[in-house]
Amino acid sequence: MLTIATGNKAVAAAVKAAKPGVIAAYPITPQTEIVEQIAEYVTAGDLKSQYIPVESEHSAMAACIGASAGGVRTFTATSSHGLLYMHEMVHWAAGARLPIVMANVNRALGPGWNTWAEHSDAFSQRDTGWLQVFVSTVQEAYDATLMAFKIAEHEDVLLPVMVNLDGFALSHIMQSLETVEIGDFLPAYHLPHAIDTENPLVYGPMTGPADYFRFRWDIERSMRDARGVIADVEREFAERFGRSYGPTEDYRCEDADVIVIAMGTLGKEAEVAVDRLRDEGIKAGSMRLRWFRPFPDLDLARREVVVIDRDYSFGFGGVLAHAVRSKTGIAPYSVIAGLGGQEVTYNDIADFVRNRHPGEETWFGVSDHV
Amino acid sequence: MYEIRIHSRGGQGGVTAAKLLALAAFRDGKYATACPFYGAERRGAPVVSFVRIDDKPIKIYSQIHEPDLVIVLDTSIMDVVDVLQGLKGDGTVLLNSAHPLAGCNGTCRHVDLTGIALAENLVIAGSPILNTPVLGALAKMGVVTLPSVEKAIREMFADERNVKAAEAAYEELKV
Repeated sequence: MLTIATGNKAVAAAVKAAKPGVIAAYPITPQTEIVEQIAEYVTAGDLKSQYIPVESEHSAMAACIGASAGGVRTFTATSSHGLLYMHEMVHWAAGARLPIVMANVNRALGPGWNTWAEHSDAFSQRDTGWLQVFVSTVQEAYDATLMAFKIAEHEDVLLPVMVNLDGFALSHIMQSLETVEIGDFLPAYHLPHAIDTENPLVYGPMTGPADYFRFRWDIERSMRDARGVIADVEREFAERFGRSYGPTEDYRCEDADVIVIAMGTLGKEAEVAVDRLRDEGIKAGSMRLRWFRPFPDLDLARREVVVIDRDYSFGFGGVLAHAVRSKTGIAPYSVIAGLGGQEVTYNDIADFVRNRHPGEETWFGVSDHV
Repeated sequence: MYEIRIHSRGGQGGVTAAKLLALAAFRDGKYATACPFYGAERRGAPVVSFVRIDDKPIKIYSQIHEPDLVIVLDTSIMDVVDVLQGLKGDGTVLLNSAHPLAGCNGTCRHVDLTGIALAENLVIAGSPILNTPVLGALAKMGVVTLPSVEKAIREMFADERNVKAAEAAYEELKV
């Protein structure tokens, strides 16, 4: 069905189609619309899930962990401080190999109190063992959420997936949305190590120095395998529903001399900047990074690169810029822009490219820095 | 691409007007996005919403700095906000007012949306509903079509008085 919807409503619609057995969530701006909409589906009988209105995000993830281990598909949604409050359980979900899907509406961290878009909340969970995908349109929010369940639950992955969408910029914008009849796209939930009361086992027990690292390696092995699973699921999705996705979305990159790498809505708006730059004779391209974990291989040989980070690792640099440098050996022009919803237009992005200094870092809007 | 900026006060329905307009444009077969700028929301505070309409997918998420059309649902905002800021040279202004905009240099339209809402008794929590009648005015101006406006309103609201108010604004607006 074709309609228009917000990013939040698109996520809720995908969750409805995926039919989780349990949804446990706590509201937080700008994510609240997701769990409100899901609660309405459940109340109206349109979604036969158990909706657990927990008292905190930590409890939300704890409830998802219990339900997922108990053998049902689970979903939660959060943002910013909610995600940080959940942090201990975020690690646990991945370590326990539970294919929980969570929507995280990217929002800055206080103080100062700020409810607008930033990626620092998601990056603070970078090393937890969750797969992380960043979306840029309402349609992609829907599609990625649907695919997240299939990827997470694949027996070669069995790791949780975080679907990230920019607060307000995407969570509250209205765009066209085509919902699909998913048919048998999502197989029945099957967790090989689900709790079986007929065959009691110990879960998460003391694991000594002689064994612990094996479990850590097993997470990494699955992360590496996840690349292939993601590609397979995205290919199947394209065949069934006609929309294609990959680890990056490349726009006019083939013959580009300079490539802009960004994530989320800035990554989509960068395409408009690329068109402007091309009109001026600057051979620019845009590579919007979708999957941050597992991080894809990037082919940037012989290109100049401008990376826009909507985040920062204090005392080090832009998280994405350093990931790109580490993966490719290319020293990008690192632009820190859009923090806390800072207004960044396609004209600004075009300026970043025009005024680029590869190997240097700049903070957009800050004039008195070194 | 046609870019519209809507000025209103919190609680007057400017955000819903943006959503309705995007939906109507979508029902016309166009691409459309509606994105309110969410500040510290509270009733009565100046609010701004943005709508973009185009024949191809819209990739822009930033605010509209050079609108083709400015809609002012509450003219008292003009005392505190420069609603004409960035308006294109050939741009248009639509005021919710029984009177024309004083000193208007370009294309200025006005229609008494508040009067139309009150005539239909479209009032919620003491505030007249402006977001459905304004769609009728926009149809008259050719931004969207009247059938799509009526379709969009019916998709979002069960009360037929909203459609009537839009039709009344369509009739009343002089172009």
